Amino acid sequence: MATTAAPTGGARNGAGPEWGGFEENIQGGGSAVIDMENMDDTSGSSFEDMGELHQRLREEEVDADADADAAAAEEEDGEFLGMKGFKGQLSRQVADQMWQAGKRQASRAFSLYANIDILRPYFDVEPAQVRSRLLESMIPIKMVNFPQKIAGELYGPLMLVFTLVAILLHGMKTSDTIIREGTLMGTAIGTCFGYWLGVSSFIYFLAYLCNAQITMLQMLALLGYGLFGHCIVLFITYNIHLHALFYLFWLLVGGLSTMRMVAVLVSRTVGPTQRLLLCGTLAALHMLFLLYLHFAYHKVVEGILDTLEGPNIPPIQRVPRDIPAMLPAARLPTTILNATAKAIAVTLQSH
Amino acid sequence: MAEAEESPGDPGTASPRPLMRDLKAVGKKFMHVLYPRKSNTLLRDWDLWGPLILCVTLALMLQRDPADSEKDGGPHFAEVFVIVWFGAVTITLNSKLLGGNISFFQSLCVLGYCILPLTVAMLICRLVLLAGPGPVNFMVRLFVVIVMFAWSIVASTAFLADSQPPNRRALAVYPVFLFYFVISWMILTFTPQ
Repeated sequence: MATTAAPTGGARNGAGPEWGGFEENIQGGGSAVIDMENMDDTSGSSFEDMGELHQRLREEEVDADADADAAAAEEEDGEFLGMKGFKGQLSRQVADQMWQAGKRQASRAFSLYANIDILRPYFDVEPAQVRSRLLESMIPIKMVNFPQKIAGELYGPLMLVFTLVAILLHGMKTSDTIIREGTLMGTAIGTCFGYWLGVSSFIYFLAYLCNAQITMLQMLALLGYGLFGHCIVLFITYNIHLHALFYLFWLLVGGLSTMRMVAVLVSRTVGPTQRLLLCGTLAALHMLFLLYLHFAYHKVVEGILDTLEGPNIPPIQRVPRDIPAMLPAARLPTTILNATAKAIAVTLQSH
Repeated sequence: MAEAEESPGDPGTASPRPLMRDLKAVGKKFMHVLYPRKSNTLLRDWDLWGPLILCVTLALMLQRDPADSEKDGGPHFAEVFVIVWFGAVTITLNSKLLGGNISFFQSLCVLGYCILPLTVAMLICRLVLLAGPGPVNFMVRLFVVIVMFAWSIVASTAFLADSQPPNRRALAVYPVFLFYFVISWMILTFTPQ
């Protein structure tokens, strides 16, 4: 916008006439302001062009009319003592000035708050970087004497949260979750974003109390990448419904990503009590969240599986987590396949 | 349309002529989506009529019977609307932040128009569901939705990929994939009561 370009333009005025055209180019190049007033040249809708042309023609007419009116009014003023004409002119000028001032203020406020360039540096990543960060989020590093580096980007965490929302939706549909007040989509988005933003803020607050060296952005990035483990576990266990498998993955994969976050925080905190408080809280919240996500949408499937298995399995074996333990080893693979097949059958039947 | 084209600002004419022009433009863009080639038509002359029509059609078809509040897990009209438009806005912001040189409304236009294959899938699913539930029924619907999902992604990538820096195309395409996945999932799991 012209207001942001003005100071730089003023500073460059002394550089000579060859830089004169620079001010006009600043607005178009490199700025990502959602500039709804002046569309950039890349968008050339015919409807919009017509609308703009029309507007401009009308404005020119109004200006011409206003000029003609002003000229006529001045002539009249000259003729009479001109009280009426003078007042009309004054009120018109005042209205015009108010309109200009209001428009200027509104456009300044708009360019300040709608400027998404503020977020641009946090999305400056390459696919290879995202891939390596995803893999690193599962590898805890033992070096805790030196503050470990945290990449301050928001693309990876944001995409992981959206992926978790999609996986959660899949899980909710498969388990036929009934949400009475609200919607599935709203619940999924609320849960995932609420966890990411809420727990990040809480841990950041604790970090502030414990004098840990971590910024809010870094905390958001750290927790966001920590959700990669959750995505993997939930993706697998929403499709293969076996409690033993889930507990194994919960400990292994969930544990690994938690250890990674804990190691990073320990490397940035001084003092055993502070480390214990901060890392204990984060570990507890992270692991419990995975547990919650799995079991909140799993109960209904369990109930249906039990009903389907029916008379084939004696009542004592109805508790699903005991099934693999009580069966002979030879029947284990078939049980797993059966469980998966039954889950698919449930889905088919419900459709 | 035997008469010559009037100026669009002519207030004296009846409205059918500019309406036909707009409808023809929308129809032309539908054809571009169904047969995606690398062309600039969607980007050059963007409009939001097509996305609006498609979104309303999809939301109407996905709506559950309001008297049926027991199994309330399905989307309501407003939910589908919100998902489509906020999803499109999020993807647009993401692609702009990644360094794309596409304008806000152009991106909305492309994403909205590329919902067309999924709307067709929804129509087919509703027709197939009239035959009654069953595993064969489900397989047919699954196949149709998967094909249309792939078609949507290919179509939107054909239009959007050129606007991104070449090394970041995957980063820009992934949220598009998620967006159409969510819509496909809503279509696939729709059951009329």
